[in-house]
Amino acid sequence: MTSLTASARRQQHPGALALGAARIGYEVRAYFRQPDSVFFTFLFPVLLLTIFATAFAEQEFGRDADGEVVTAAAYYLPSMLAAGILLSGLQNLAIDIAVERGDGTLKRLAGTPLPVVSYFIGKLGQVLVTGATQAVLVIGVAAIAFRVPLPTTPEAWLTVLWVFLLGVLTSAVLGIALSRVPRSGKSATAVVIPIVLVLQFVSGVYLQFSLLPEWLQSIANVFPVAWAAHGMRAALLPDTLAVLEQGEAWNLPGVALVSGAWLVGGLVLCLLTFRWIRKDG
Amino acid sequence: MDNHQSVVRVHELVKRYGERAVVDGASFEIARGETFALLGPNGAGKSTTIEILEGYRDRTSGVAEVLGTDPGKGSLDWKRRLGIVLQSSGETGNATVREQLRHFARFYPAPRDVDEVIAAVGLEAQAGQLIRKLSGGQRRRVDVALGIIGRPELLFLDEPTTGFDPEARRRFWDLIRSLKAEGTSILLTTHYLDEAAQLADRAGVIAGGSIVAIGAVHELGGAEAWTPAVRWREEGRMHEHRTTTPGAVVAALQSRLGVEPQGLEIVRPTLEDVYLQLIGAAEPTTAPDAATDREVRS
Repeated sequence: MTSLTASARRQQHPGALALGAARIGYEVRAYFRQPDSVFFTFLFPVLLLTIFATAFAEQEFGRDADGEVVTAAAYYLPSMLAAGILLSGLQNLAIDIAVERGDGTLKRLAGTPLPVVSYFIGKLGQVLVTGATQAVLVIGVAAIAFRVPLPTTPEAWLTVLWVFLLGVLTSAVLGIALSRVPRSGKSATAVVIPIVLVLQFVSGVYLQFSLLPEWLQSIANVFPVAWAAHGMRAALLPDTLAVLEQGEAWNLPGVALVSGAWLVGGLVLCLLTFRWIRKDG
Repeated sequence: MDNHQSVVRVHELVKRYGERAVVDGASFEIARGETFALLGPNGAGKSTTIEILEGYRDRTSGVAEVLGTDPGKGSLDWKRRLGIVLQSSGETGNATVREQLRHFARFYPAPRDVDEVIAAVGLEAQAGQLIRKLSGGQRRRVDVALGIIGRPELLFLDEPTTGFDPEARRRFWDLIRSLKAEGTSILLTTHYLDEAAQLADRAGVIAGGSIVAIGAVHELGGAEAWTPAVRWREEGRMHEHRTTTPGAVVAALQSRLGVEPQGLEIVRPTLEDVYLQLIGAAEPTTAPDAATDREVRS
């Protein structure tokens, strides 16, 4: 029973990319086996969309070019996609990695020949897969359960796609950077959740952005969450609502600019600060 | 010992935290293929030493070499040759035993067969279960399995059998023997002295951050420390006589008493007895000085 075969079978080193791909599968499985992450990260935007769509069912959020009413569900769909980007990327990874640092997962990996870049690929891949699934679910629920009219032009969907990809990658990278802040895995939730909540409120995810005071909108526009929401509104809301934005127009270049800057900054921060474990010097 | 034959070389190793030296000039070597046990009480510097060798901690001064490499600068290639079983694991465990081993096997150029390793640690029945649902001892066996999956040249085992039931412990010993037979070099720390006696070729006893004794397991502390004792009960009291010729002592005792001595036994010190002497926490009954009759309260 306890004898082991002495012969070695394969001899070449597995590549960092192949290991990264293997990490993605491993990470996605682990994500869906964690009830916390499934509820508070994955299903949360769908839950909120349902609440908003139901609570404000009687309210009118504007009219499109044909005079059709923009419902609460339609109005909140872009916001919920932005919320999903923030939750799946930043909240998920900041807590996940802080917990992994606290519970010994990273220490174990540090003792193996797994390249750090493969670990990163695994985390980013997990965010992409779970975030995209979540976005499809949110859009599907909006369209089927709340009859939100979806855009019919390829341009609109292309916008959804790039705003999502840029947003979710930025959010993930910032999550990795933020995971250094909590001193222990146990305090991770307490540190990360308030940041995420405040960001969502000031960025007009829960509240109508156009109803926030101008100065608060300007503060929110420093952060990428508001821009993910701008981008999603540009793609999914009728153009008649563009007048509610700052400058009374959709600002897609702004989305690319601000989010891109945070992505680059976050990447640099990650590369400079990420360590498997806190060495004691 | 030839340096080229050493898989681990530690010389005058020092680790300080502020003013406090946790490791204070420890020196030892481990030869290729050897199983070396590092023994010592909690806080003696065992884990700090082993974590320096694994590359987890930086040393303050001294030499540390593992497979010819400074562990503070170990590359991925270096890590491919190591197996590490850390002291504790509190991971979430959202993978099954088989998934976890398959996944970790991919990190190494020539991993062992996953099912073979699962069988070797006796987790066949739990192979499909999530690790978080296993008992503490079973999780510990997963740790051991992950340590050996990459077919390491050098295996670090930091208190590997904590939480094992006796059967699992025996099985673990068999596993380690089969790894030894393959030529794996092993650095073991353990609080179970019988385990060290069973598995290790040599041992070092660390106390206060430095090595107080080192040598073959059954010679540790010198011949004196291993002197057998004859014990018997006479007039309601326990007597003990330490001697290298217990047969002669028993014969003399028998003829002096004229009857069968009560409660007669010849006791050879175990590694645990020797160890306790060495770290200065020995009971008076096992003090090494006595080749004389002493009375011991029963």
